[in-house]
Amino acid sequence: MEDNNIDNMHQLSHTITETEVTSGISLTCITTDKFKTGCLTINLVCELKHETAAALALLPRVLRRGSTGLPDMQAISAALDDLYGARIEPLVRKKGEMHTTGLFADFPDDRFIPDSQNILEETTDLLCEMLLSPNMQDSCFLDDYVNSEKANLIDDIRAAINDKRGYAIDRMIEAMCAQEAYGVNRLGSESEAEAITKESLTELYHKILSEAMVKVFYCGSAKPERVATALRSALSKIGARPNAKIPKTEVRLYPADGTCRRLTERKDITQGKLTVGFRLGKAMEKPNYPALVVFNSLYGGSITSKLFLNVREKLSLCYYASSMLDKHKGLMVVASGVDFDKFETALDEIMHQLKEVKEGNISQWELTSAKRYVITSIKSALDRVGGLEELYFDSKISAYPYDPIDICEDIDKVTVEQIVDIASEIEAELIYFLTGEA
Amino acid sequence: MVINMNIKKYPQLNEQIYTTKLPNGLSAFVVPKPDFQKRYAFFATDYGGADRRFKLGGKWIDTPEGVAHFLEHKMFDTEDGNALTNLSANGASPNAYTSTDITAYHFECIEKFNENLKILLEFVSVPYFTPESVEKEQGIIAQEIRMVEDDPDYCLYYGLMRSLFSHNPMRDSIAGTLESIPKITADTLYDCHRAFYNPSNMALCVVGDVAPEEIFKIAQDVLPTQAGEIPERDYGAPEQCALNARGFSKSMEVSLPIFLAGCKITPSARGADSLWHELVNALALDLLLGHSSPLYLRLYREGHVNSDFAASFDCAAGAAYAMFGGEARNPEFVFEAVLKEIERLAQDGPDAELFHRTKKAALGANIRSFNSFESICSNVVTGHFRGYDPFDIPDLVAKISLDDIIAFYRNNLLAEHMTTSIISPLE
Repeated sequence: MEDNNIDNMHQLSHTITETEVTSGISLTCITTDKFKTGCLTINLVCELKHETAAALALLPRVLRRGSTGLPDMQAISAALDDLYGARIEPLVRKKGEMHTTGLFADFPDDRFIPDSQNILEETTDLLCEMLLSPNMQDSCFLDDYVNSEKANLIDDIRAAINDKRGYAIDRMIEAMCAQEAYGVNRLGSESEAEAITKESLTELYHKILSEAMVKVFYCGSAKPERVATALRSALSKIGARPNAKIPKTEVRLYPADGTCRRLTERKDITQGKLTVGFRLGKAMEKPNYPALVVFNSLYGGSITSKLFLNVREKLSLCYYASSMLDKHKGLMVVASGVDFDKFETALDEIMHQLKEVKEGNISQWELTSAKRYVITSIKSALDRVGGLEELYFDSKISAYPYDPIDICEDIDKVTVEQIVDIASEIEAELIYFLTGEA
Repeated sequence: MVINMNIKKYPQLNEQIYTTKLPNGLSAFVVPKPDFQKRYAFFATDYGGADRRFKLGGKWIDTPEGVAHFLEHKMFDTEDGNALTNLSANGASPNAYTSTDITAYHFECIEKFNENLKILLEFVSVPYFTPESVEKEQGIIAQEIRMVEDDPDYCLYYGLMRSLFSHNPMRDSIAGTLESIPKITADTLYDCHRAFYNPSNMALCVVGDVAPEEIFKIAQDVLPTQAGEIPERDYGAPEQCALNARGFSKSMEVSLPIFLAGCKITPSARGADSLWHELVNALALDLLLGHSSPLYLRLYREGHVNSDFAASFDCAAGAAYAMFGGEARNPEFVFEAVLKEIERLAQDGPDAELFHRTKKAALGANIRSFNSFESICSNVVTGHFRGYDPFDIPDLVAKISLDDIIAFYRNNLLAEHMTTSIISPLE
């Protein structure tokens, strides 16, 4: 258990310290005193799969309901308010084909509290108490808590339709990756949620608590030793897990059967959604993240992108048109909002702009703007407490770990040739239309 | 020329703010943040969707619904192109929004801040509209209107506003309507710009690792040198507290019913008092149905509401209201439960321990808000337009008594001034 200061950045106002709390449980401290709050997340890293997706999403919600020391929400709320409005909430993320479940806490930094308490220690204790000592009866989660959180989870799964843009993206991914774990929704499906019992949830809880890789992140002003000490005593109840591994993500380079499918669904809406899913081809064999993110920014990820400037601004075809990329999975999604009668014209233009990139019709201005956009978004993430956590979380669980700071320098060096090379094998696999009722 | 500035320090928060008023009437603020790479500029006019009737050159002018928002979109056009594109190409993330009473243009960037700031100040102060560009924008805004009409939250909110208010412009969509947008011409836009976009009616706030004098100097150099007048506006006769309609309901593609309940409240005048009212009202709403309140905890436990349940208070355009809501299987049941709880609290008052803890949480939330450059700017500028200082918040919160809270329930949250808006799933 030795502290290993892997990166000391003079020009930046944060340092990264990696500590092993115990075998299989790592702590990454992002130390900076520029924020008013601190944040602490505990993530259990699991495989993304149908059998457990809904249960992993449900678990932290049930844990949030009560622990042995604070048996109900009233006790928890009172404790959090007493810590000047500290927050502890469920944290469930989908990264490639990894599904992480856990809790996050954020809390005012001790330095700004009039009667300075040990808010870090008290919040850490509270967080770990909720994670490790849930309110149980006969060694099982409470019926009442499981059922009411199940109902809330099912409501949230159904609520996806309320955001049409997100809904169209989720539906496209589900359909395109129906044969892959990636097609599984972050919250699971309604029927999977329905099938969970307090017994099955308790069993899963014990299993992941003893086997899953645990990644803890802290961002704030406290010294790493102070954080590690607070955690060691609070986490003393869970044991080492020398065999814990980060699950792998299956990367498919090309569309299944080499063809592009179409899928149309109908809902009672007035504006259509056109969403297209792409595979990235050989670019994902040994991914060059800097070039990938610059490509995406140039094609559709920024407001100087080809999609934004041509499809939206020049042709007024859409209210929005943008691309996003999952670099863990090697998948690109183009999402747009268009009138029903403009689906084909918009689709042609989306494909035409990709062809432009493939043919290297890229101006210096476009390249520079795309790079600037990416560098700015990484650097401005460094200025947000949650942004820093997310940035390092993403890099630490990646199959090709990268340093979020070094990547900025590499981004500057990306060439037009590298972008053309990435674009060259990008192929659409599914074109999804969400249209109005017939 | 030397620029006079005022410095106020807040050691408990480890913050300070530099303030000046330039000869052209612009109020400018800088909050230095030395450890941050990001710098953020926020340039706003005291002009929003509700400011439709105003006096310009001694004459009253009526403008169509949606002009402030339309103008916001069109301001990015410059004679040589588009400021949005120029700022983006320069590494900035620019954006803008229009609310009931404010139009704000902002960007953040890591490098070339001063250059970007000049672009921002220039494009917002120099109007450039042509009949062609106005016509093209009408198409884009019509798309946007159609898109928000699909948005249940939008329908829910305006359903409530229309039930509460009979004529105050708060009841109309900030984006305008498919009927009002075609009535906007380049001349309308020039009139509105002349009335509201003069430096005396505007404010600039910058947060980040910058030198305050340099910022103020840039503003002085780039903006018009002439001070303008602050236009008089007319929101119609004051709204009576009586409701306009008995409520609103509609079926849409939603998974669960969503609802909002609102209460008309007598508005407070602009000035320091308005912040006090805002804080008392917010704390009272928190104690009534915040996530630590006995009512919320009971409704949540029994499955009537979920963690989306929330409340807020707003006072603008000479009108004020409190509202609360979220998803609920049975909105009427939740509404009734809240009415009963208000009655109980007006009688007995909230629990003293809970009152004490909720104040602590409110202080924590205020500390937290200083993490966000956007919150700092919007609080400083909103405070300036409304006539208060947001740095007074901790002291004011500390002064709120249980009696202040009880008075709010007794005098303001009256059942006869409350109604609901409900969006139910399609059959």
